[in-house]
Amino acid sequence: MKLKGGIYWGAGCGGCDVAVLDIHEKILDVAEKMDFLFWPIAMDFKNDDVRAMEDGEFDLVLYSGAVRNSENEEIAKLLRRKSKTMVALGTCAHIGGLPSLANYHTKQSILERVYSETESTVNPEGTMPLERSTVDGNELELPRFYNTVKTLDQVVDVDYYIPGCPPVPQQIVNALTAVFNGELPPKGSVIGAGTKTLCDECPREREEKEISEIKRPLNMIPDPEKCLLEQGLICLGPVTREGCGARCINSGAPCRGCYGPLEGVHDQGIRMISALASVIEPKEEKEIDAVLDGIVDPLRTFHRFSTAASILRRKKI
Amino acid sequence: MTFEPKIVGFLCNWCSYTGADLAGTARIKYAPNIRSIRVMCSGRIEPTFIMKALYEGADGVLIAGCHPGDCHYQEGNYKALRRHRLLKRILHEYGVEPERVRLEWVAASEGERFAKIVDEFTDQIRELGPLGIKDSLAEAMKDDIDPHEADKEESGVANEA
Ligand code: SF4
Ligand code: SF4
Ligand code: FES
Repeated sequence: MKLKGGIYWGAGCGGCDVAVLDIHEKILDVAEKMDFLFWPIAMDFKNDDVRAMEDGEFDLVLYSGAVRNSENEEIAKLLRRKSKTMVALGTCAHIGGLPSLANYHTKQSILERVYSETESTVNPEGTMPLERSTVDGNELELPRFYNTVKTLDQVVDVDYYIPGCPPVPQQIVNALTAVFNGELPPKGSVIGAGTKTLCDECPREREEKEISEIKRPLNMIPDPEKCLLEQGLICLGPVTREGCGARCINSGAPCRGCYGPLEGVHDQGIRMISALASVIEPKEEKEIDAVLDGIVDPLRTFHRFSTAASILRRKKI
Repeated sequence: MTFEPKIVGFLCNWCSYTGADLAGTARIKYAPNIRSIRVMCSGRIEPTFIMKALYEGADGVLIAGCHPGDCHYQEGNYKALRRHRLLKRILHEYGVEPERVRLEWVAASEGERFAKIVDEFTDQIRELGPLGIKDSLAEAMKDDIDPHEADKEESGVANEA
């Protein structure tokens, strides 16, 4: 019998859905094994179609995107109930992703920024989105916009994680193959990625060099063979899980950390503090500070993809 | 009731813990607010430990190691210093006062100095008030609910903090 599958996007960009399509002709193999009963970005389905299903009827649901509003949470819970195996697909569902950078702000400050402050906003009446409003006698409702962006596993039980922003298509194929063959590791595992650090799969040469100046890609042309971190660029390779094939590194850009932390590491960004402290040269406070001054916005640079899953989860209010 | 700060102290085995021990055997009185944890070297103290301590309810964290040049493992305290300088910048961005995490060098012979540092730090944290990370997080998420949640019966295991 054919398996039943679903794919959903919460607070994401759709890049994970595109990554699924990017498995190209292998999608045919997938379609041979599994029928998609729900995939809003690709086909027309209604949430009520899912509500009408039996509990546990989906064999597999891939949920991409973070949980940013009440609709994301509602559908996550609905899909959880309707599925046997639920997978967090991509960085946002896994560890919050870029949307969770919003956790350094509040709902209020974001709404003010977007609806009144930005340079391109024209809103003389100060109109703000409301959860409920009446238009021509009809009551309209929007999902509740949350104050704190959450990872998928902060609202439902998650069986597996496929990291990446977006996941490498081949890794999606590997993960799906594991599902089809029933070769899944213990629940809660990361699938479709390695277990070592990105530095382990990085082709660049390391010389155990210490750094005495932090640089930014816009101010330099890095040596194509040598480790970017040792050239003074902030590269999250030492604290990031391997699995992407070092795609940014191979294009000359340092790793931003989208494959998330290693097994057993709770907070990737905080871990980066240790990694960086080990390679900075100076020993005197003043000189150390002078090097650190070169890191623009360390908190968000280190937690670019993982704020929702970090220890503190958000800026203190 | 006055606020009694909870302070977690990470003390390196070779200098600072011995210094704290000396304060004890010399019967020097100091604030009872510190809960000391012995580690082999200040370089062993991962910033993760500090963040966990703050998350779990510490109002302040003291890190103490050997004076520069005296680390039993040569370089551990320099690493601790660099981590500390960087962590402070990050704490500030989180809205957590960077003074809540303090780094000090305490030699094995400096029992009295250790006691003085703990007293001073305790006063400083008392002045700053409770940190209350978990309360603040709960407050920040209290309205993050589905307005219709009550009229539905959805399953799914919440895995909240
Ligand atoms: S720090 Fe970055 S550039 Fe250097 S080895 Fe690791 S992944 Fe490669
Ligand atoms: S190099 Fe880093 S940021 Fe780029 S895809 Fe790989 S894990 Fe993600
Ligand atoms: S042994 Fe004391 S700081 Fe390293």
